[in-house]
Amino acid sequence: MTDSLALVLVFGGLFFVLVSSLGLIRLPDFYTRSHALGKSDTLGSILVLGGLAVYGGLSLSSFKLLLILVFVALGNPTATHALMRAALRSRQEMWSRREGANKR
Amino acid sequence: MTTLFLGVALFIAFLTLAPLFRMALGPTIYDRVLGVGLMGTNAILLLVLIGFIYGRIDMFVDLAIAYAILNFVGIVVVAKYLERRGEKP
Repeated sequence: MTDSLALVLVFGGLFFVLVSSLGLIRLPDFYTRSHALGKSDTLGSILVLGGLAVYGGLSLSSFKLLLILVFVALGNPTATHALMRAALRSRQEMWSRREGANKR
Repeated sequence: MTTLFLGVALFIAFLTLAPLFRMALGPTIYDRVLGVGLMGTNAILLLVLIGFIYGRIDMFVDLAIAYAILNFVGIVVVAKYLERRGEKP
């Protein structure tokens, strides 16, 4: 029972990590790429680490895995936000469908 | 179960080609730092999975904690360094 729950969590997280990697390759702009990475990769890491903590059972290692989970869930969006704010303040251009429509 | 975790780890290692591609030919410096962030997150997952494969999770989880902290601090410091380094308005 716990093994099947762990498998469902790990493979769901693997799907989200795959989505974030595809977004990092395919999207046209820095802002859209960080949009793909800040949310989808965080959710994928949370699901994979949670599934492995469920698989490990009740032990000190699982507690440390939950500690990593909390740290990734707090740190990854914060780091993406800091990078995005640095890009916005140094006048990085946004992508738009019309050429030169979104000049700041 | 160990074989399945080995497959998952190999798949994540294959997905690490995506941030490598973005780091090699990203148009701006911010794209490269973003690729570093995704590669660090994948490294955390790979370390935990390797710990479960080898049966030494009590050792590898500490390495994963160190990687998580260094990844976060590194990206925030580089973002703080790169701020207002672009062309002036």
